[in-house]
Amino acid sequence: MRLTLDQLGFDTPATVAAIDWPALSEGDAKRLRNLGVDEGVAVEALHGAPFGRDPLAIRIGRMQIALRLAQARAISVEPTAP
Amino acid sequence: MTTIPLVAVVGNPNAGKSALFNMLTGARQKVGNYPGVTVERHSGRVSLADGRPIELVDLPGAYSLDASSPDEEVTRDVVLGRQEGERLPDAVLIVLDATNLDNHLRFALQVIGLGHPTVVALNMVDLAKRDGLTIDTERLAAELGAPVIETVAVRRRGLDAIKEALASAVTLGCKAARPEENFTGVQRRARAIAKAATNETGTTRRSTQQIDKIVLHPVLGPIIFATLMFLMFQAVFAWSEAPIGWIEAAIAWAQGLVINTMPAGFLRSLLIDGVIGGVGAVVVFLPQILILFLFIMLLETTGYMVRAAFLMDRLMAKAGLSGHAFIPLLSSFACAIPGIMATRTIEDPQQRLTTILIAPLMTCSARLPVYALIIGALIPNRDVGAGIGLQGLVMFGLYLMGILGALVAGTILRRTVTKGAPRGFIMEMPKYQAPHVRDIVIGLWQRSMIFLKRAGGIILVSTIILWALLSYPQPRPGESALDASIAGKIASGLEVVVAPIGFNREIALALIPAMAAREVAVAALATAYSVESDDEALVEQSLGERLQGRWSLPTALAFLIWFVFAPQCLSTVAVTRRETNGWRWPLFMLGYLFILAYLAAGATFWIATAAGL
Repeated sequence: MRLTLDQLGFDTPATVAAIDWPALSEGDAKRLRNLGVDEGVAVEALHGAPFGRDPLAIRIGRMQIALRLAQARAISVEPTAP
Repeated sequence: MTTIPLVAVVGNPNAGKSALFNMLTGARQKVGNYPGVTVERHSGRVSLADGRPIELVDLPGAYSLDASSPDEEVTRDVVLGRQEGERLPDAVLIVLDATNLDNHLRFALQVIGLGHPTVVALNMVDLAKRDGLTIDTERLAAELGAPVIETVAVRRRGLDAIKEALASAVTLGCKAARPEENFTGVQRRARAIAKAATNETGTTRRSTQQIDKIVLHPVLGPIIFATLMFLMFQAVFAWSEAPIGWIEAAIAWAQGLVINTMPAGFLRSLLIDGVIGGVGAVVVFLPQILILFLFIMLLETTGYMVRAAFLMDRLMAKAGLSGHAFIPLLSSFACAIPGIMATRTIEDPQQRLTTILIAPLMTCSARLPVYALIIGALIPNRDVGAGIGLQGLVMFGLYLMGILGALVAGTILRRTVTKGAPRGFIMEMPKYQAPHVRDIVIGLWQRSMIFLKRAGGIILVSTIILWALLSYPQPRPGESALDASIAGKIASGLEVVVAPIGFNREIALALIPAMAAREVAVAALATAYSVESDDEALVEQSLGERLQGRWSLPTALAFLIWFVFAPQCLSTVAVTRRETNGWRWPLFMLGYLFILAYLAAGATFWIATAAGL
């Protein structure tokens, strides 16, 4: 069952299935790549900011990063079977 | 002449690079600048075991050679030998975070691919162990083709081994550079190596996640944030009282010494009013500045600053900015210069420019001497209820006005002159770390030196020049010293411009040297009001007391509001010019802020006068 990262519930381990690079601005895409966002990497939504959980704090690999929902929408994830 | 071998220290942000650098070099560091950019160059000498010295240079943290911010560009250009003002390093020391190998190895692989003799410091192995990770360093060294040394920088572990490895690295020549690999290739190779070299055992202790559950909590998070900010500003005033008292006593003692040992005359009054009074009026604020920097450094090194940026992103987005901009703006409360320099981590050029343009609106510590003087002298020390004093409330209002002014200015700028495509907010959230006294002390020491050099330089010189312009030519009988002086004539000209907003001639006079640095206004007012009185009166009557009889409340309020907005700081203009590569933006900044200051001060004066204050 594939969903986008902004729809992924908190504390639900998943892997990155696909990234819609063209939907991201060039700078944002570069930053995400540099922070290790890539197909096949483990991902998990950890925290949301107050007032509408935007931005999101996620774990990507072993790293925790912040990103806005607008960018999270470009990342498709597949929840890992428990 | 043989030059000392240069070793560049590189690594991802938060790899513990600077801690390792501080441990290796100790306090023998030099802070400079790269030409053309505001990225600071931190360098220091290390003696190797055989007595040979090497020079270490601590480069800004970078995620990749594919740079996306100005400080990453410096790192890239130095390791490629393209950075102006830096020679090609003889070796590189790559610092890796053992708990986050898959990510840190990507940049390491890129750098190793360049062919420099390389030493790899596998840092924070203690934290990795705590997280249940063991790393096969031999395997890692074989995969990377470079010696790998386990370190715990903050506990000095592995330092000697690093020095030994550097000693042999700098005697090696360069290897051939690897053919360039595509990014995804490097990325996947990094992950494969990390996986092969890491052995995960036991359960992970995710203390960072536990803390974040509280600190980023939808309700608790903002409360904790507001409390921390309140404590910070409270401490700036409360903790500084005693040291300020000592400094003031020392100044009075020095002035007394001069009065007792020198005959009255030109030189004595120059020393008392110009040199000791002028520099003293500024040095007195060193405790407050250091406390503010201490808090900002603590917020940064513990990892909380990024959480604050995360919490503030929503609000900053309303002004067309992002959480990124919060960090430089908070630093600007201490001083706009490090604040503007901190914008180099913002990738989006338009957002970065906007942040630079509004940074001077944050109430920097140079305004404190001015606010403290005027509020202390002219705002009644009344209780407005609930234990809140009127003086404190006015001070708070001035801070708030700066913040609101910045947000409004940012919003308008982003819709007009700094328009650009919307960008996201993407930022690493490093794990929490306990601060280390040594790194904090080194940082505070560097800040104090920068501040004192400023006090001794710009401020001393401008105070002495003003004093000289005020003292010459000598008045004819029946003429006041101020009327006769050159400075008095200049001020009379300027008074025409500022009289409509309630400023008198002494203020006009103080504003001229205060263009160089805001805090000079205090010394300038002191000098302006003392040229006509003799030394004995100066010592007996404080500047505040002298202002009380001469300034109306509307004038005082207008003066305060002027200081909220007016861009009176040569160093800020200079750093903006360097940062934006030209005169266009610093001139724009001067223009818009002076217009804002004039209108706001004017409005304050007219409203206060109409209200009969």
